[in-house]
Amino acid sequence: MKTICFYFEIHQMFNMKRYRFFDIDYDHYYFDDFANETNIEDVIAKSYGPTVDALLDMIYNSDGRFKFALGVSGTALELFEMHAPDFIEKLKRLADTKCCEFVAQPYSYGLSSLYDEAGFVDEVKRLSKKIKQLFGVSPTVFANSNMIYSDEIGSMVSSMGYKVVLTEGAKHILGWKSPHYVYNSAQNPSLALLFRDFKLSDDISLRFANSTWDEYPLFADKYVDWIAALPEEEQVVLIAMDMSAFGIAQPLSSNILDFLKAIPACAAQRGLGFATPTEVVRKFKPVSSIDIDHPISWCDEERDTSSWTGNVMQREALDKLYSVAERVRMCNNKLVKQTWDYLQSSDYFHFMSTKNTGVGINRGIFDSPFDAFTNYMNVIADFTARVNSLYPEDIDNEQLDALTQTIRNQSVEIDTLTKKLAESEKKVKKLETALAKAEPKPAKTPKATTRKKEE
Amino acid sequence: MFGWEFPPHILGGLGTASYGLTKGMSLQNDMDITFCIPKPWGDEDQSFLKIIGMNSTPVVWRDVNYDYVNSRIGSYMNPQLYYDLRDHIYADFSYLHTNDLGCIEFSGRYPDNLQEEINNYSIVAGVVARQQKFDIIHSHDWLTYPAGIHAKQVSGRPLVIHVHATDFDRSRGNVNPTVYAIEKNGMDHADHIMCVSELTRQTVINKYHQDPAKVSTVHNAATPLSQEIMDIVPRKRENEKTVTFLGRITMQKGPEYFVEAAAMVLARAKHIRFVMAGNGDMMEKMIKLAAERGIADRFHFPGFMRGKQVYEVLKSSDVYIMPSVSEPFGISPLEAMQVSVPTIISKQSGCAEILDKCIKIDYWDIHAMADAIHSICTNDSLYNYLKEEGKKEVDAITWDKVGLKVRKIYEQVLNNYR
Repeated sequence: MKTICFYFEIHQMFNMKRYRFFDIDYDHYYFDDFANETNIEDVIAKSYGPTVDALLDMIYNSDGRFKFALGVSGTALELFEMHAPDFIEKLKRLADTKCCEFVAQPYSYGLSSLYDEAGFVDEVKRLSKKIKQLFGVSPTVFANSNMIYSDEIGSMVSSMGYKVVLTEGAKHILGWKSPHYVYNSAQNPSLALLFRDFKLSDDISLRFANSTWDEYPLFADKYVDWIAALPEEEQVVLIAMDMSAFGIAQPLSSNILDFLKAIPACAAQRGLGFATPTEVVRKFKPVSSIDIDHPISWCDEERDTSSWTGNVMQREALDKLYSVAERVRMCNNKLVKQTWDYLQSSDYFHFMSTKNTGVGINRGIFDSPFDAFTNYMNVIADFTARVNSLYPEDIDNEQLDALTQTIRNQSVEIDTLTKKLAESEKKVKKLETALAKAEPKPAKTPKATTRKKEE
Repeated sequence: MFGWEFPPHILGGLGTASYGLTKGMSLQNDMDITFCIPKPWGDEDQSFLKIIGMNSTPVVWRDVNYDYVNSRIGSYMNPQLYYDLRDHIYADFSYLHTNDLGCIEFSGRYPDNLQEEINNYSIVAGVVARQQKFDIIHSHDWLTYPAGIHAKQVSGRPLVIHVHATDFDRSRGNVNPTVYAIEKNGMDHADHIMCVSELTRQTVINKYHQDPAKVSTVHNAATPLSQEIMDIVPRKRENEKTVTFLGRITMQKGPEYFVEAAAMVLARAKHIRFVMAGNGDMMEKMIKLAAERGIADRFHFPGFMRGKQVYEVLKSSDVYIMPSVSEPFGISPLEAMQVSVPTIISKQSGCAEILDKCIKIDYWDIHAMADAIHSICTNDSLYNYLKEEGKKEVDAITWDKVGLKVRKIYEQVLNNYR
């Protein structure tokens, strides 16, 4: 039985406000709360809300046969908590059906997987924790921000215990191979890879409402026929897209949700099933292993990371940002850490893209890549100054690391010592009670404990 | 073609544009161009077109011998042409002030009696139009519109006019009625109107009430710089950045916005110098303003620049800025980008329509202007990107492409005219 695996991504960044260089050192808040609120309300009303309702309907109407995977970034979750808590409740209902598998990703939906290994591991863990907190499930499947993946990322993810990664079925990686199988990573054989079928995905997310497209109008039966007509051996189809495709990229007036809702019934008629990534991997064994030296992503024709790291400005911005990564991790300032999460969102770097893809980039309040860059660099200038002000200036990172390491070691040591102390105190008490029973007034043991304390 | 300026003796962008356009068009082998200017100096480049001096075209018959004519005008015109033109004098102009060759003198500049020069230019054009054989008439800017109309009426050939600027740009709304009348008359008689930007095109359509179908946009381009200019070694100070404004210091160019933005930048960053090169009626006011803002020590007024000096200043700059309030095209940012200087232009400039690798701001948005200046001066990646990509972009904007576009319009006009 052919299996369709849907994956929807929900990510929203914090909208940056206009931050001029004369705000540096004076204004430490970089975001536009009003824009955040209106943006979240807008996207929920136009897209996420109706789409999640539709997904819930589909699950109920198919008696749980319809299943899919869902990724939600940490910044999006924070924004929902702040401005649309009822949407979180809706997501919880989705989680309760057990037909929706939550996927792990970096908290910020940023590029730490390419620039900051330790930060990446930390971010993914924090998002998983948050998902567990909110939805009661721990993700076991990983899908990086913008589906960025390379062998290096695979190693990190694998060592964190994830067994499945969703990524782009990039032509230059797969070559003649079909994306409709489960593969594994050549470097980490225990890691299964699922590749997105970009043609079938883009048919929905990019072309659905385009009346000049030669397959327009697309109906669910035709769409499912395409999948059913795939060769017998090709069993898995990963269809992944940003959830805003429904309602934002393709307007709801194009009846795209009715199209989506009709898919389960059409699939049932043709004997196709649905599964979450975990189930897919349980059901199908990897057919072959694949090397991916250079990172791939689901963005642009090139399917690489050039949308975020393509020009010198983007690279400088990323370098400047991650130059303070270590110091941010070392510090205990909650506000700095929180801002750090927000500032990493990949969207800001996409705004600086100068690639001529033929499709215009919506840069929000910025009217050119230079404008976006200038604004971001002003923010980074202020942010790095804040981070550096937490530490003495003349100490370099290594020294600082050594010092904090010492402090950390000390605290670890203190911890172990207090544990020991507690243990010996317990022992002493036991002995004391034992002795008290046998013989009144023992003298030696309490002294030893005081000495230990002095250490 | 009728024009007012031709390099090397130019007073503004009009001459540069006329040169670039004719040079680009001359690359088409079947195109012969005759360019009429009020006063040739003799050092014009005539390798790709023929120049007729209006001050050497007789309007009154004088009996002069060949050698004498040769000694007077031989450096830029074939004396035989003088005699050919003399055969086509069409009326008695002896009441006009003429010289020993029977020609009217022109200053070739923009004198106080400009009105009279325009009129005389048109009279002479009548002689030229009777003698020359041509398919189409092309008039550059309002000074030569009357000549174009005259030539059209005499020869029956179609007239195309090229709008390099309108009086609305020059006067910021306070239009001189005489100039407006000449402009409007020219546009009404023209078979087609070419504008240097969409901005100008809209002015022509809305303020001069022209049919949009007969108005098209033909953007200017960049003329490759000579080796001599490319070889200039820039003088840059270490640890200091220079931001340059170059142009007439007049209301149209928005100098006061530049001073205000400079004051904002200097309040935070001390390593930047500002240069306002040029001359104009607002210069004194700007010097006072800079002093008032307390930035006179870092804000410099070197005065009017000429020829090579312009490029020396440009090349020594780290940022070039043109905050024009209204600019029909504005060729100077292209020149700055040609010598690899990152450029900031106002969105109200015509050249903003074809440039992408530069920063565009609203002329009144001094915050954005200051931010952009600061950003280029502090972020090397932005500086390098604009420097390299800007040069690449501007090098691809060439006059031969413009020439082809003009050619297409010519053909269309000629087809409709028959």
